[in-house]
Amino acid sequence: MFVSMNWIKDFVDLDGFDMEQLIQRFTLSTAEVEGIEYKGKDVDNVVVGEIISCEDHPDSDHLHVLKVDAGSEVFDVVCGAPNARAGIKTAFAKVDGNVCGMKIKPAKLRGIMSYGMCCSAKELGISDDHSGIMELDGSLANGTDIKEIYPIDDVIFEVDNKSLTNRPDLWGHYGIAREFAALVDRPLKPLPVAENPYTGEDTVDVTIRNEDKCYRYSAVRVENITEHVSSNVMQVRLYYCGSRPINLLADITNYIMLELGQPMHAFNGDKVEKIVVSTPDETIRFTTLDGNEHEITTDTLMIYNDKTPVGIAGIMGGLDSEITDDTNSLVLESANFDAVSIRKSASRMALRTDASARYEKTLDPEMTMLAVKRFLKLLFDADSGCKCVSKITDIYVKKYPKIEVPFNKQFIDRYTGIDISSDRIEKTLQSLGFGVWRNGDDFKATVPTWRATKDVSMQADIVEEITRIYGYDNFEIKTTYEPLLPARKSNRKVNENHTRDLLVKNYGLHEVHSRIWCDPDDLRNLGLAPEDNVRLLGSSEEKGTGILRTSMMQCLLPLVYKNRSFSDTFGIFEIGRVVCGTNEDGTANEKRMCAAVLYSKEKSEKSLYMEGVDIVNTLISELKHREVNYVKTDPGHAWQHPKNTAKILTGDTCLGIINTIHPATLAKIAKNCALVCIEIDMDVLDEVLSCDLEFEEPSRFPAVDYDLSLVVPEGIRYENMQECWKKKDIPELANVKVIDIYDSKDTKSITMRFSFVLSDRTLTGEEVQARIDSIIDKLAQKNVTLRV
Amino acid sequence: MKDRISELKERFSKELAAVSDQKSLEELRLAFLSKKGHVSMLMQELAKIPNEHKKEAGQLINAFKQEVSERFDARMEEIKRIEEECLINSTESYDESLPAGKEKGSYHPITLVQRELEDIFESMGFDVEDYSEIVDDYHCFEALNIPPYHPARDMQDTYYLSTPNQLLKSHTSAAQNAIMHKYGKLLKEKGRPIRAVFPGRCFRNEAIDACHENTFFQMEGIMIDKNISVSNLIYFMKTMLSEVFERDVTVRLRPGFFPFVEPGFELDIQCLICGGKGCPSCKNSGWLELCPCGMIHPNVLKYGGINSEEDPYEYTGFAFGLGLTRLAMMKYGVKDIRTFNEGDLNALSQFVSK
Repeated sequence: MFVSMNWIKDFVDLDGFDMEQLIQRFTLSTAEVEGIEYKGKDVDNVVVGEIISCEDHPDSDHLHVLKVDAGSEVFDVVCGAPNARAGIKTAFAKVDGNVCGMKIKPAKLRGIMSYGMCCSAKELGISDDHSGIMELDGSLANGTDIKEIYPIDDVIFEVDNKSLTNRPDLWGHYGIAREFAALVDRPLKPLPVAENPYTGEDTVDVTIRNEDKCYRYSAVRVENITEHVSSNVMQVRLYYCGSRPINLLADITNYIMLELGQPMHAFNGDKVEKIVVSTPDETIRFTTLDGNEHEITTDTLMIYNDKTPVGIAGIMGGLDSEITDDTNSLVLESANFDAVSIRKSASRMALRTDASARYEKTLDPEMTMLAVKRFLKLLFDADSGCKCVSKITDIYVKKYPKIEVPFNKQFIDRYTGIDISSDRIEKTLQSLGFGVWRNGDDFKATVPTWRATKDVSMQADIVEEITRIYGYDNFEIKTTYEPLLPARKSNRKVNENHTRDLLVKNYGLHEVHSRIWCDPDDLRNLGLAPEDNVRLLGSSEEKGTGILRTSMMQCLLPLVYKNRSFSDTFGIFEIGRVVCGTNEDGTANEKRMCAAVLYSKEKSEKSLYMEGVDIVNTLISELKHREVNYVKTDPGHAWQHPKNTAKILTGDTCLGIINTIHPATLAKIAKNCALVCIEIDMDVLDEVLSCDLEFEEPSRFPAVDYDLSLVVPEGIRYENMQECWKKKDIPELANVKVIDIYDSKDTKSITMRFSFVLSDRTLTGEEVQARIDSIIDKLAQKNVTLRV
Repeated sequence: MKDRISELKERFSKELAAVSDQKSLEELRLAFLSKKGHVSMLMQELAKIPNEHKKEAGQLINAFKQEVSERFDARMEEIKRIEEECLINSTESYDESLPAGKEKGSYHPITLVQRELEDIFESMGFDVEDYSEIVDDYHCFEALNIPPYHPARDMQDTYYLSTPNQLLKSHTSAAQNAIMHKYGKLLKEKGRPIRAVFPGRCFRNEAIDACHENTFFQMEGIMIDKNISVSNLIYFMKTMLSEVFERDVTVRLRPGFFPFVEPGFELDIQCLICGGKGCPSCKNSGWLELCPCGMIHPNVLKYGGINSEEDPYEYTGFAFGLGLTRLAMMKYGVKDIRTFNEGDLNALSQFVSK
């Protein structure tokens, strides 16, 4: 919203203050100012000039050669304006004057010297009108400074609308003037209004059908309006504040909206007899005064002339009942509508207007009457001959309750942490329009109606009023003091951080972030599709968008695909959330997962898979001091390899899945590459109890090593062989190591080193041999034999 | 005997000069000093020498033995030294400038910034909390005093889910209520103030471009105790932000409206680039809008089980929100917000560590 300081100064005396500093204080105490513009600073030495003669330029088909009387002197001027003619008075920028950021100099135009320039309103910055030079009132004295006629000099600042959301009172200059009055501690002047002089019994017939949507409706009928152009001051202010002067009646309603924040609508008096405020019984079509047709649903509040719709309540009037430049009677609407209803209607129709933006903020219904009286005042000032022909009809459906907030200075001190005197509290609240009852340090504040619609209702709100005017820059700042108690680090955080460190530092993986939903196009590249799952409302079922991921891989595999030219070998990981369908109560089953994908064009799938196993083993060992075992499982997703998909278990707890990729998906990612996926449920991992480290005193006697080379038949896993040398059977077995694995087409052989040790002596050769023999016997039962 | 000795001495000198490795030297030693060596032979010959010459001859032999032994040791040292020298000279001089080691992994920039902040908050006694990404309407809005018709709840801005009453959390504030309930008991029974930060991924329905993302990170914090004041809030924010930016920052508070705080503020810091004089990165204002904050709204404390209906101001507190994604952009000079979620390793692999 644009604010004119000239306008503000109508209501509060700001003499002696630096405007820029004041506006800065407004930012710090009230709402954010986005920019300041100094209007008229580049308009200088522009006066009323009378064109006393106008001849065509001999060498041009559009230029004129004028003689302009600027009061003290007559100048020769070359001018191209189509409306330049003898007898009119215009804005004349003299030599050495300034207009549009340039200095006026004598210049030769097509061979004729020109001393000065006739200006359009746009060139003075007070209008968009550039159709010709200004045509001023003939009664003005030649040579009068144009700034005496038009309030060109002004300071305009723009307030961020978002910072005004909760302040319905700041959507007009008068409310903003109140803030300035409080900031400079000077009185706010009353708004000049006029009473309705009509003494008869006629009223405007108003019926409100939807009392939940219309809280107040004030209306008056005025006739015999002969003046149709608003004053220079009004036009310039409207223009400076982002509005567009149209005609007297429209201008006054817009002016009051910018001044008080109360939107008003003037209906053509000939077109409106009986006002009915109602929603339509069925969906209708309606053309607003901007010429657009809208579909009006049955929950949109409308204004009817009896049965004919004439306006969308609080949003925009209709084309048919529009005020035109020669309208001489009107029915004025000054109403208060329900904020939510207006917001819903405006956003449904995508028709947000200055009026609807204000109604959405929950305006004070007390304003409607004040606005009518202000309208009459401005209208009478402009057109003394007009006549009110009705009483002011005022239907007041919903009056907000009076809000009183009791509090004391001690509360303010505690909440602010500083000492603000009771006198200061009282004065601040009064300057903001609060009613204040005070007994020493005890207060009762009555919230003014313009703050009582939703904004201020309790003690914390009162604190804000006092402190923002006091100024946060003036606060003494203090630390808190509290008992010394231990702070604990959450297990969850520790595990996440540790996991990241391990994956990045030990295994050189890259951490990525992706989205919680699937991208169907990305998946299609890999020959995959999103799986049935919880989805975002409003997403397209047909296109498969907005489906939440059931596995991190739905996002990580496409990322591997996109990065396949990054390096021949790389790995990525993410700690993120997936949703695995719904819980019993119907809510989404969210899980926190750590997922990693290893990619290589250099390594074999088998060695990459074993790297994956190493990552999992190391992770679980470091976080929980636990061993991991793997159980092959059927693939749960299309991309998982039917043979190499395994559950990651510790004890009986399944932590996740490790797998290679189905050849069909693999072929889509890259030729001759290998991929390994790991997905671990971090919530389950957090819950797993970690084992304590167990320390065993090392023996002082040397260990005896014994190597065995074994031939392992197909189908026997290492964990099957491990059963042959259980610690409980052979307590002296201190260590078992795989020395070498040799795979050939038809045999798999493995060389193991067994280390035996006793705490009190060295084992003899016979003792070792006996233990080795028992291992060999057990292995033989599994068809694992010694290599010959 | 004398002649024999000088003859042997000459021979020893000659042969000693000829040997150049430890093995031949050892052979030479054995030839002279072993049981059957020349010196032992001389000793045996001593028996045949008349008694009056024995003493002199014995002395000569012993002196010879000693000389041989000493010269031998000296030569041994010399040969070792030469051999070491050869070894050193023949060793390759290694090239440290060659690329070494494995490929380095990388952290996501958000992780780096988040950890830095978590460390700061932990050092100030804050618990670091986590929260789900799918939340219900109550926690995301109602418990935060956001009324049913508030624009923040619009479908256009918020990702509602097909499951009943659930949505992707649109701000980290959605965790406030749960954290108040989690720590409320400790506050009331042990007097342990609630101090918690909760970083998290948030979601808002926005068209994505260089400045807008639908998935981004925030970090929110709350502090609740008896008598927490606006003054404490300003002190804390200034201290915390000075720590974050590793220099003394100047802050200013402006009124800001958020339904879950009262009073609510927008906190600006004086532009770190121009020091407040005005430059393009602060849009010439000298200030950067950094984080919303405020005193926690009495209703929010009530819904969080902290205060009763009868005494809505028994405990007070403040809350603040930091845009982690924005901080990461500022810290690393990332100009395009899409960098964070696009997963391009050419970008992300640069964030090797702190």
